[in-house]
Amino acid sequence: MKRQLTCIICPRGCALEATVQDGQVTVTGNACQRGAEYAVSECLHPVRTVTTIVKVANRENTMVSVKTETPVPKESMAEVVAALRKLSVAAPVAVGDVIAENVCGSRIVATKDIT
Amino acid sequence: MKFDVVIVGAGVTGAMLARNLSRYQLSVCLLEKENDVAMGASKANSGIVHGGYDPEPGTMKALLNTRGVALLYRAAEELNVPCIRNGSMVCAFSQAEEAHLEALLRRGAENNISGLSILSGDEARKIEPHLSGEVTKVLHVPNAGIISPYELTIAAVGNAMDNGVSLCRNFAVSAIAKTEEGFVVTAESGETVTGSYLVNCAGGNADKIAALAGDGFFTLIPRAGEYMLLDKAEGYKAKHTLFQCPSEKGKGILVSPTVHGNLLIGPTAIPVETENSRDTTPEGLAEVVELSLRTVPSVDTRQVITSFTGVRASEKSGDFILQESKTVPGLIHAAAIDSPGLTCCVAIAECLTALLAQAGLSLQEKESWDGTREDICAFREMKDSEKDAYIKENPAYGKIVCRCETVSEGEILRAIHQNPGARDIDGVKRRTRSGMGRCQGGFCGPYIMQLLSRELGIPMEQVTKSGEGSQMLIGELN
Amino acid sequence: MTNHDIVVVGGGPAGMAAAVAAYDAGCTDVVILEREPSIGGILMQCIHNGFGLHKLGQELTGPEYAAVYAKEVAKRGIKVYTETTVTKVTEEKEITAQNREGILKIKAKAVILAMGCRERSRGALNICGSRPAGVYSAGTAQKLVNCFGYQVGKKAVILGSGDIGLIMARRMSLEGAKVEAVCEVMPYSGGLTRNIVQCLEDFGIPLYLSTTVVRIHGEKRLEGVTIAQVDEKRQPVEGTQRYIPCDTLLLSVGLIPENELTRLAGIPIDPITNGAIVDENCQTAVPGIFACGNVLQVHDLVDYVSEEAERAGRAAACLTTDTQSIALETKAGYGVRYVIPQVIRSREAGAELFLRVTAPFGKVRFVVTDGEKVLHTAKRLKAAPGEMEKLTLKPEMLKAATGPITVSLEVMA
Repeated sequence: MKRQLTCIICPRGCALEATVQDGQVTVTGNACQRGAEYAVSECLHPVRTVTTIVKVANRENTMVSVKTETPVPKESMAEVVAALRKLSVAAPVAVGDVIAENVCGSRIVATKDIT
Repeated sequence: MKFDVVIVGAGVTGAMLARNLSRYQLSVCLLEKENDVAMGASKANSGIVHGGYDPEPGTMKALLNTRGVALLYRAAEELNVPCIRNGSMVCAFSQAEEAHLEALLRRGAENNISGLSILSGDEARKIEPHLSGEVTKVLHVPNAGIISPYELTIAAVGNAMDNGVSLCRNFAVSAIAKTEEGFVVTAESGETVTGSYLVNCAGGNADKIAALAGDGFFTLIPRAGEYMLLDKAEGYKAKHTLFQCPSEKGKGILVSPTVHGNLLIGPTAIPVETENSRDTTPEGLAEVVELSLRTVPSVDTRQVITSFTGVRASEKSGDFILQESKTVPGLIHAAAIDSPGLTCCVAIAECLTALLAQAGLSLQEKESWDGTREDICAFREMKDSEKDAYIKENPAYGKIVCRCETVSEGEILRAIHQNPGARDIDGVKRRTRSGMGRCQGGFCGPYIMQLLSRELGIPMEQVTKSGEGSQMLIGELN
Repeated sequence: MTNHDIVVVGGGPAGMAAAVAAYDAGCTDVVILEREPSIGGILMQCIHNGFGLHKLGQELTGPEYAAVYAKEVAKRGIKVYTETTVTKVTEEKEITAQNREGILKIKAKAVILAMGCRERSRGALNICGSRPAGVYSAGTAQKLVNCFGYQVGKKAVILGSGDIGLIMARRMSLEGAKVEAVCEVMPYSGGLTRNIVQCLEDFGIPLYLSTTVVRIHGEKRLEGVTIAQVDEKRQPVEGTQRYIPCDTLLLSVGLIPENELTRLAGIPIDPITNGAIVDENCQTAVPGIFACGNVLQVHDLVDYVSEEAERAGRAAACLTTDTQSIALETKAGYGVRYVIPQVIRSREAGAELFLRVTAPFGKVRFVVTDGEKVLHTAKRLKAAPGEMEKLTLKPEMLKAATGPITVSLEVMA
């Protein structure tokens, strides 16, 4: 099976063609190795980094932005956001602080400093 | 609550009447169906102080226009409302239209308007260089001016409130009963207000209010007028208010500077079904563009920052209806106040006050009455050294919230707390100009929502654009 | 009046990078004036990832990218005035600003303008209909969602396929809203291709090209929009109107450099870019006033903003007073909408040219010519208006050039 993909790894957006045969993926059109890895992943088990926000309990009207430290299965994006809606954190928070240990297979880390 | 006088409608007519009545030892209540004052034709019109050459001699319009101009200029000064006596020109493009100018000149003389003159096209272009080369003659009206109509209404209501008048917002009248107590006015919410006298200043709904009060003898014909407001970069294209020759439909498409330095073009005059028909249309805006370019061909209509529609309420006689009801004593109508209603508003208030006195209302002047009101935006007119001193006393004025119009947090707080306080985003905008600039509230909107939420003590999701039902947010993320 | 060597107006990505670069080039008396309570600019609400791959070699979110530069600013002890709005800049480089303490007057040797850009609003589009709540520019909605934590609507239509609109389509979908459609008046998208894939395709959101919103419905809160296809002249095609019920309309229809202060200072503006006319050091026609970042030209990648700002910062630090001599002018040729810088003052150092194409193309070749002489060519597999192009001219290419330097595009088979 052949699949036409647009690489989302960098803004260049290479047009990739991936051929899947017996669980093996061959890729053309990629300008770099990361493009090939993306195509393989996209064909076999697509993943995405999820970014959202978490409420800061001890600051008025304040949210801290967060992300999954590693990409999570594409189908669990909504689950990640829903899980984080139930959380709140207490300031101070620094970029890189772990907000949750395991949500859909990834740690959740802060991406903003809240002093 | 029982009042001496209940006024229905806080447009410019009701506002000026409330202010005028606040001179006397009376209890007065002003009812408004919306979340703010000036929500009908008073917020969406040309903002012109008309010279008085246009109304048919002998009509109420002619009489009040002639008297009203000077009264309005004085009120604008007392109330600190932006108003500029920039003069107007009526443009003729043909011999037939030149004859029309002559007729207007004669009519002006009959109406006792002084200073009118007819200039050649070239003379006009000397003082108005962007005027079309096709203009052959103009009627020059030096006493005409421009004013911010909604700021005038807000200031008049605020001044009336400062002098003891009550304002009830979100009071949509659903029933009026005449009892021994007086007029019992009931709102859709069930609330009631009683007044010995009732004045119908309900603008586009004045016919409905008259009918509710048992005196529905007239029907208003709503006509929509679409406008485009252009960026201040275009403001220099007209110094005077430039009219085309008036027709039976209205005073025609004008090109005018505004008191804030923008350029206003419009309005159309399209019959519509209801007073609420305030959509802009492709056809209407195309007409505005086409006809305004006829007067000033160099207008760059791509510089539009917003477009809007106002609905005027006219009546078939063509004149204002200003009278006590023939069947319901104590009920006074101020209806069909279309152009030049804004120009006449102070004169109309005087006339209505006289009608109330005739109907039996006793007018005892208060010992002291202050007809002045401080300008919310006085800060921005200050010199830097004055601003510095002012900020040191009032730090909120140092924080700019609206960057396009340079509006500070101090001015916004004042708009929320000074009579009649702003309750929604559009209300803050009309009082301070925040969100009226190039970005149209894109940057300052969220901050103004926070300020309204904090100052009114309501959650963010209850902050509205323009009253109940126009909530900006649907809730916290969940 | 206080004195500083360099005043940077705006503490977003451009302002931060310019200040750091100026400091590192030897000018330690640099201050940043920032209108928000903290530096970082619009990046602080761009919580999605995809920033920094080019410049920092890692994929970061907006706030993380900003934090990298904010740390550098702090490390150097560069003074930042927050909640301070500049209201005036003069040709003499006198700056008036205000904050809660009062009015600030600063005399600078060099000024770096880094005010960023704003979104085109509904008014500027002149969409007909009513004026209800629920019509937001995409960035305003982004701020309300990502910084304040509120949901702006349940059912949305997005007009314009600019990147912010695409990002917000995903963001609202992730937060439980239904995005009915993205409409783009042009026959191609204005956003990055990767954003079409990961923001629309991932969520099954249709993108309608050559389609626009022709009417807004609803008295108090938005109730729906009428969309219609448009012809080549972008006029609605009769019979293609379709009503979509929705409570939110997001506008992502273009960004406009915010140059009010620039105009006030009497600096000439390029009518195509809406930014100042600059030389290869980002210096405007007024000596000692520089412009960089989105106030100069709207970028699609923050990485290039930082690079541009560093160039401005370095040049401001070793202030050359030469703004009069023009060695070479640049011109946009076939297929090219604009070229920045518009003037090159020195042939010695070479120059980096930034440009955008007028329409999407497949395989192309950019050709840089000096009169008849070809100085440089560069091939691309594709080119699109949404993706800024950069061409590097080496000093030896410019040595004998007489100008104007024209960049044009040739479509390749």
